[in-house]
Amino acid sequence: MPSESNHIATSRASWPVRVFRFYRDGFRSMTVGRTLWIIIGIKLFIFFVILRWIFFPDFLSTKGSSDQEKAQYVREQMTGRK
Amino acid sequence: MNELINAVDWSRAQFALTAIYHWLFVPLTLGLGVIVAVMETLYYRTRSEKWLATTKFWMTLFGVNFAIGVATGIIMEFEFGTNWSNYSWFVGDIFGAPLAIEGILAFFMESTFIAVMFFGWKRVSPKFHLAATWLTAIGASLSALWILVANAWMQDPVGCTFNPATMRNEMTSFWAVAASPMAVAKFFHTVLSAWTLGGAFVVGVSGWMLLKGRNRDHCMRSLKVGGWIGAIGIVLTMLTGDSSAVTVSERQPMKLAAMEGLYRGDNAQSIVAFGILNPAKTVDNDEDPYLFHISIPYGLSILANHDAQSFVPGINDVINGVSKDREGNLVNTVSYTERIARGKRAQDAVKNYEAASRTDDKRALDDINKTLQADFKYFGYGYLDKPQEAVPPVAMTFYTFHLMVTVGGYLLLFMLVALLFVYKPKLIEGKKWARWWYILSIITIPITYICSASGWIVAEVGRQPWAIQDLMPNKVAISNLSASYVQVTFWIFAVIFTALLIADVSILLTQISKKSKTDLDKVKL
Repeated sequence: MPSESNHIATSRASWPVRVFRFYRDGFRSMTVGRTLWIIIGIKLFIFFVILRWIFFPDFLSTKGSSDQEKAQYVREQMTGRK
Repeated sequence: MNELINAVDWSRAQFALTAIYHWLFVPLTLGLGVIVAVMETLYYRTRSEKWLATTKFWMTLFGVNFAIGVATGIIMEFEFGTNWSNYSWFVGDIFGAPLAIEGILAFFMESTFIAVMFFGWKRVSPKFHLAATWLTAIGASLSALWILVANAWMQDPVGCTFNPATMRNEMTSFWAVAASPMAVAKFFHTVLSAWTLGGAFVVGVSGWMLLKGRNRDHCMRSLKVGGWIGAIGIVLTMLTGDSSAVTVSERQPMKLAAMEGLYRGDNAQSIVAFGILNPAKTVDNDEDPYLFHISIPYGLSILANHDAQSFVPGINDVINGVSKDREGNLVNTVSYTERIARGKRAQDAVKNYEAASRTDDKRALDDINKTLQADFKYFGYGYLDKPQEAVPPVAMTFYTFHLMVTVGGYLLLFMLVALLFVYKPKLIEGKKWARWWYILSIITIPITYICSASGWIVAEVGRQPWAIQDLMPNKVAISNLSASYVQVTFWIFAVIFTALLIADVSILLTQISKKSKTDLDKVKL
């Protein structure tokens, strides 16, 4: 339960400071959360840096730079495949 | 072409792998989120430290699952852009809108309030904290809503028109997309099934703690909430499953026929309660579809149309464009042979559009628009060489559907018995067979996951060969990639997701084991 003094101390500070303190204190008091954040960090690095850049480029961007060129490529693909 | 088909199979396998792994995390987040919110509401109303301890116990497990599962769905968006680029272009505007809303509104709402849930116990008022917990649960469901709207559009493409100049489907009515009967049925059926899974998880973990003789009172409190949410969830899942069946019967009759292994339908059609399919049966022969089956008279007619005398078409009927009214009189629909011809006409129109547009041939453009208006709804059939290619894998659809229904029935019984033991604990406590009930509770957790995954397999395998129902088969949706390229990423995903699953399960088990050893009724909070 939040104590009265806690409420007063936090309500005196400005909005961004209160938000910053909220997250700072939250992260500091984590136990299992530390392990989870490490896992989240590794996961996001693998997903967005390694997989996205190396293995998952935007395929159509390699076939045309404008929307018109991309549409033409898709038209050829869709009407040429049987 | 063989290389392309191979790439289609590998891309489908890759999408299935990532979707099923993603779906291991999502339903527990949805279900446990609501359960934790109910528990905290009970704490807020009673101000009992015991309810607070119980809430915090399950909130930790919710947090572990949320953290490991977060962003696992983003992989599917990567796959759309690389492996399914024709599909992504073709549907971009429609598919993009729900996914953008999901990303901006729901995800940020969820991730903002989850911080208050975990960091805010001593920093915000109990009322604000409770609101944050509920908003996290609601945000998770809203997140699911927009994903399910996008999926429902693939099953029933409504609220759009095709523009041959841009080669894209353009949204004409957001509400037709967001509130289509398919989307509504899918949302409620899926989210409520997640409540069931959350309930089964709570009952199962509590069963394990009772088996170990730990925290009896905490377990009884947990069982009360988990049992109720699970029971309400499974009852409503069954009811929404009924409305899903009606929608499938109207929009995807081929899928419904495959779910039942039904080749030739009839009025007052029975439903197979249990059956073994005859592997020799195909569309082209007259073999009996079943080696063995037990059927319920009128069942499928009631399920599909809420009318015991109605006609339900089988696979051959759908292909041949045969239907009947409730008196048994023949009603012709559009056969697949005709759909293929009209699909090819629509494709020729799209092919000729560019030349007609370049020369500004108004008459040709007018003809093209008329053809598309009449035949675009069969566009995808033009890619089929013969009607049989539009039949989904019957065995997989049939068995997963029956597995889902059977386990659903079991879960209803299980939840009711769990509630009975909560309100009448003397029926079980101290009895020799109690341990077997607790073991069954634990086993029910993976069984519920299998049931949940089966539902998705029915929905997705049952609509094959379509990426978008009637408009685009998978073999056209795929990018022109080599199969070996897709194989590499398939195995990378298999390794990453297996590692994440192992991390999820091991951290959950460690937390359950550690926290269950402390007396949760006396713990200082």
